[in-house]
Amino acid sequence: MAQPFGLNRGAPPSEVGGFTGWILAKQAEFYRMFSGLVRAAKADGSAAYTLLSISFLYGIFHAAGPGHGKAVISSYLVANNETWRRGIVLSFASAILQAFTAIAVVGVAAVLLGATAKAMGNTVRVIEIVSYALILLIGLRLLWAKGRAFLQVLGGGKDHHHDHGHEHGHGHGHHHHHDHEQEASAWGHAHAPEPSELAGTHWLKRGLTAIIAVGLRPCSGAIIVLVFALAQGLFWIGVASTFVMGLGTAITVAAIATLAVGARGLAGRLAKAKPGAGVIILRGVETAAALVIVLFGAALLTGYLASERLMGV
Amino acid sequence: MLHATFVPQSMLSCARMNALLRIFSVALLILAAGGLAQAHPHVWVTMQTELVYASDGSITGIRHAWSFDDMFSTFATQGLESKEKGKFTREELAPLAKVNVESLKEFGYFTFATADGKKAELTDPAPGYWLDYKDQVLTLNFLLPFKAPVKAKELKVEIYDPSIFVDFAFAKDKPVQLAGAPKCRLDVMLPREMTFAEGKALSQIPADQKNTTMAWGAQFASKILVHCP
Repeated sequence: MAQPFGLNRGAPPSEVGGFTGWILAKQAEFYRMFSGLVRAAKADGSAAYTLLSISFLYGIFHAAGPGHGKAVISSYLVANNETWRRGIVLSFASAILQAFTAIAVVGVAAVLLGATAKAMGNTVRVIEIVSYALILLIGLRLLWAKGRAFLQVLGGGKDHHHDHGHEHGHGHGHHHHHDHEQEASAWGHAHAPEPSELAGTHWLKRGLTAIIAVGLRPCSGAIIVLVFALAQGLFWIGVASTFVMGLGTAITVAAIATLAVGARGLAGRLAKAKPGAGVIILRGVETAAALVIVLFGAALLTGYLASERLMGV
Repeated sequence: MLHATFVPQSMLSCARMNALLRIFSVALLILAAGGLAQAHPHVWVTMQTELVYASDGSITGIRHAWSFDDMFSTFATQGLESKEKGKFTREELAPLAKVNVESLKEFGYFTFATADGKKAELTDPAPGYWLDYKDQVLTLNFLLPFKAPVKAKELKVEIYDPSIFVDFAFAKDKPVQLAGAPKCRLDVMLPREMTFAEGKALSQIPADQKNTTMAWGAQFASKILVHCP
């Protein structure tokens, strides 16, 4: 049977075991509690608290399972050499934006317009395409900057050090040579010094595209829960649940992003201590991270990577 | 003051290199996990499936009754007009059934059949498919005919969503039935572990009754095997 979008219809997803399997099972378990809890909240307000706790746990597990959001955020942080604090801010901002879009879609389409599931599905489809295109764009932009820097160190040898920006604050007074990092930001900024890393807004502006690219696409689960809550006459509880879910998601994404930034930081230190190869590895890692974003964007946009879909079943 | 991140060259040991590699493999694994399967189950389908045989012993079609979970059922019926609030007739649901069936085509109706190891082609659902709505649950009823009737000693039918967006599980009651193939033996592989009680109940089914053997494991695919003489 011909498959549109080159969807691979090969083998069944058998044996999703181990950690991923456990995550999937756990979040499915939480998700399946929602309908009962929303119904219960109708009769007994205290069930709402249980619903919110489960929403929080669901958010944590949901984000820990497969999904492109955290991969894109982590790769972005690695490629752009952002700090972990910024990583946490970006993770939270994108997760909260995601909650907002879900509420906006259901709030406007279902509550105000009385739209059907199909209409909502179509809306999400459009948002999705914009979001995936943005991911691809961010990736390409980073790949252009990082890839060039990589090729430069690969081929050029020593003359790349006169560029902008130092790896600030590390290894004071002890480094001999070749110890500053070339700061090839796609946006042409060097980083602010450490103490004021969250000060100023240039990094936030730079990260805004990443926040939007990842956070624009609402989670299908949130939309279904919101519509279900609406049908039970408890839209507000759906809204609260969606925000708490977003909070849980943010925590997981932030944790994974911090891990990625930590790995990147360690690589940076290694690079400092190992003049020749270190810088090459570092630039290589950044280029690879940019490439990961490009691949995710392209795969999502072409439908090669099956994204969550809302309609059709 | 020595900065915490300062590493003298001489101290850049193998251990540090290994730690770095380890951290990177963890990061890569996480990234890879993001790419493996994109979706999470958001729709749960409880299935009852009937394999339809012709009088000559060849299979002609697969009849599905798929019940969606209550949240998805509510979502899918959102904004649909009905005469009586909270109730939908078959006619009122006809447009939704059409959308469902048409969009399922893209996914091969999540139904994949092989006859004696060879792929057996299914066609689009026969007309006359329908949705009904009972106890806030939507059930989609449709028949998938084989392109040509197939005679097989070993027929395998798998029902799964490769992206795991939809979770398929057989109903506890009458999961699979053979219509008109009395000499064949039926095996149903359940997609996930049964509880102890369910397993015990199953073991107490008399052996002469419908000769149903069941296996279960961690598979996500629900599998039907039919062995014919």
